[in-house]
Amino acid sequence: MDFLIINEGFPYLSTLIFLPLFGAFILLFLQDENIQRIWALAITAINAIISLPLFTGFDPDTAKYQFGEHVSWIPSLDINYTLGIDGISLLLVLLTTMIMPLCVLGSWSYIEKRVKEFMICLLIMETAMLGVFMALDFVLFYVLWEAMLIPMYLLIGVWGGPRRKYASIKFFLYTLAGSVMLLVAIIALYLKNGTFSIPMMMGQDYSTTFQLWVFGAFFLAFAIKVPMFPFHTWLPAAHVEAPTAGSVILASVLLKMGTYGFLRFCLPITPLATLTLGPAILWLSIAAILYGGFTALAQSDMKKLIAYSSVGHMGFVTLGIFFLNTRGLEGAILQMINHGVTTGALFLCVGMMYERTHSREIKDHSGIARNVPVFVAFLTIFSLSSLAFPATNSFVGEFLILAGAFSVNKIIAGAAIPGAILAAAYMFRLLQYVLFKGPGRDDIEDLNWREMVTLAPLVCFVFWIGLAPEPFLDVMHTSVAYLLEQVDMAKAGANLAMTQLP
Amino acid sequence: MLFVPELILLIGSLLIFGLSLGEGKGAAARKMALVLGILCGFASFATLGTEGVLFFASYQVNLFTQLLKLIVSLGMVAVIIFGGSLRGVNRGMRSEYYLFMVLSILGLMMLISSVELLALFISLELSSYALYLMVPMRDDSGEKMQMEAAIKYILFGVVSTGIMLYGMSYIYGLTGTTYFNELVPAMHVLAGEPVAILAIAMFMAGFFYKLAVFPFHFWVPDVYQGASNATTAFIATVPKIGAVAILIRITALIAPEASTTIVSMLMILALCSMFYGNLSALVQTDVKRMLGFSGISHAGFVMLGLITMKETGLATSLYYISGYVFMNLACFLVICKASAQGENLSIDSLSGLYKRAPLLALTLLVGMMALAGIPPFVGFMGKFMLLTGALKEGYLTLVILAALNTAIAIYYYLSVVRVAFCNDPEDRPDIKVDGLTRVVSLALLLIIVYMGVAPKQIMALATSAVQVIF
Repeated sequence: MDFLIINEGFPYLSTLIFLPLFGAFILLFLQDENIQRIWALAITAINAIISLPLFTGFDPDTAKYQFGEHVSWIPSLDINYTLGIDGISLLLVLLTTMIMPLCVLGSWSYIEKRVKEFMICLLIMETAMLGVFMALDFVLFYVLWEAMLIPMYLLIGVWGGPRRKYASIKFFLYTLAGSVMLLVAIIALYLKNGTFSIPMMMGQDYSTTFQLWVFGAFFLAFAIKVPMFPFHTWLPAAHVEAPTAGSVILASVLLKMGTYGFLRFCLPITPLATLTLGPAILWLSIAAILYGGFTALAQSDMKKLIAYSSVGHMGFVTLGIFFLNTRGLEGAILQMINHGVTTGALFLCVGMMYERTHSREIKDHSGIARNVPVFVAFLTIFSLSSLAFPATNSFVGEFLILAGAFSVNKIIAGAAIPGAILAAAYMFRLLQYVLFKGPGRDDIEDLNWREMVTLAPLVCFVFWIGLAPEPFLDVMHTSVAYLLEQVDMAKAGANLAMTQLP
Repeated sequence: MLFVPELILLIGSLLIFGLSLGEGKGAAARKMALVLGILCGFASFATLGTEGVLFFASYQVNLFTQLLKLIVSLGMVAVIIFGGSLRGVNRGMRSEYYLFMVLSILGLMMLISSVELLALFISLELSSYALYLMVPMRDDSGEKMQMEAAIKYILFGVVSTGIMLYGMSYIYGLTGTTYFNELVPAMHVLAGEPVAILAIAMFMAGFFYKLAVFPFHFWVPDVYQGASNATTAFIATVPKIGAVAILIRITALIAPEASTTIVSMLMILALCSMFYGNLSALVQTDVKRMLGFSGISHAGFVMLGLITMKETGLATSLYYISGYVFMNLACFLVICKASAQGENLSIDSLSGLYKRAPLLALTLLVGMMALAGIPPFVGFMGKFMLLTGALKEGYLTLVILAALNTAIAIYYYLSVVRVAFCNDPEDRPDIKVDGLTRVVSLALLLIIVYMGVAPKQIMALATSAVQVIF
């Protein structure tokens, strides 16, 4: 247990996991719809507040897992309830707790039917998502990873748009099929190590063949979740049909689980396979960036446009991860947060307009700048952030990723550049329509105070990360350095083995 | 004291027999059967720690048997409660129906405790014949579907029983004894002899039939479809416990050092069951028929535990089949309640269930997702431990194929859930659920989640239960 700093005081992590579950249970007995909304908001807000001490109390000088908790769960198979966070998962945990109250606010009037069930699904989602980022036991991780499918399926399938049946089943089947082999890989790793503890599986001396197989299983599961080209086809369907809160959760948190999986499992557990297959994944990332960009350019549906832009942005994240250097990795982690903030905000914006116009077509919103100036101001900020305009958050992330990329391979890095231009093209196309083209609409009202409160925190983060990213980068330095060290050690070991050959 | 659960059922069946002599005593018989089930459950629970041997050492009572009897009586109580007033069963035969149900349970309980071949055979026949009779008691829908089902059920049953008896005769011929405790060392001596392998394989056939393992599964779809909903709920759940219990006993006959032939046979059967069950279930439109095929694939999963030939593996099989009973009960509860006149349900007729009966929809969701093996339900934990056990023994290909099957299976479970949650009810009426059924469905939900989240105690119990006989 030398990888874990056991938390002696208040069990922050367990509270974060179980409070939403408790809230969902109480929600069963609440009758009035408004009380249900307020209760869900209160629970998610309290969770957000409880998560703040994680940031202030986090020790950025150690790569160990902090705030750790360790309870035996199934002793016969040595399965434990082990929680802990390091510099990689800390920001993702915070992102999740921060985005959830906004999801509740964003669905305040959007969800009119079955409010109670909706909020229960949201709260169970929060439990599972937080658990995935905190779990340090592979079985615990897998249980939460899969358990998430049911509430997400219901969110899309019950409260979704007209093609919700198709979208929800596609989402479920894709993600489940991907993670079936993950289970076999987990068991295989357990049989090698005799433990399900994730940190104890890292840095072991597995054969290259074994690593390649395990990496293959990991890759399938995580690439579908990211989603990487060519496994992305479930994403636009799910995004378009999901209710606003579903889209926000999907974009802000669920997609991050894939890239988090790469960072937490692929790199440290199967470093040799990562080094062998990394270049191929880099080219897949380039394909995702360009494909996402071009496809987004052709969309007339705002949600679809943002969904495809997600494919491109996540391509940048995987690009940063598999270049395997400090700047790339830090940029990738930061870009995961940025994408969560920006794309979540854009989906909230689209959802707010959808409540008014019942349409997501760009042409139905042409020229509305004169009718809803506040809304358009928000939309402009987030659009600029999405295309990585300097002084916004995404600029810092993409800059770090590209800086890391150019220091390793100029060809691949150069191939990603058109992606950045495409991002500008499709976002400006959206803005141009909404701001200037067309007659505008007199039948819609501007944002009310609740909607402004929903979006305002995200604007703060856009500029905070954009202008002063240092506090966010500080917490991850040590963990990223340690992660790279683990990969480098394997690289050295491989070289050593090769020189020993006659 | 050791025989109390069986004794209760025995006396009770006589009382119900008395009741069934009069006309229209269905409701009274139901109450009686319910009371019997509850009493029997308490009696099994009370004898959980006791051990003993009865009837010239042919009847054994220990942790293993009493634990299974407890699960059997729980299953019986659940079926009687949500079976309600037996809407699908011929009005004039309802009291007899409960008589045979109680007799069948009695047979199962005796089966679980039998440690001698003849006692085992007699108990098996007692439980089977009662079931054969329950199938054709369905209300005649004009198509005589139940008759066809009953004939198929009895014919396949008789054939597999014949094979089993033939195997038993070999075992007796080889060893000169019919007692399990003497058989185990005697069969281990014969390890690797082709005739011993043949004998064990044929012996197993009788229980493959009960468990619906390929190629003894042919009765499943038609019987599931032909029998009334409550009968199917009963056939699909409780007897499987008995089958697995005896299969575990038979596994003990196989000498571990010469198990390759039997293991490869079991492996092939397991894979065939999984693929056949899952692929056929994909195209079904009748919910019960679909669950029948899914049951075949689950039987294949149970075999994964048997082939490990280890205590933990066998305990996992036991854990899995107990979990399976509860998951299946949850699904059948919904079927029984959702079918207004006791008719068969097509998947479409569950449309909009979440508006018509939210609790039933939740039960269906949990039941189906548990069968599909999604955490945090018992189906996942069971599958996970079965796969771990099999991979530990080095059956990598088998494990990968089994994992692929989970991915196939999710589609048809999900298609039921999708209909229940994503379709509109149109003009289908709301479903009223009585208080007792609500309690049962909440209890099932709780068990399914609890067994999945906290398998520690239950696995420990199952392991010590298996240790007793292995």
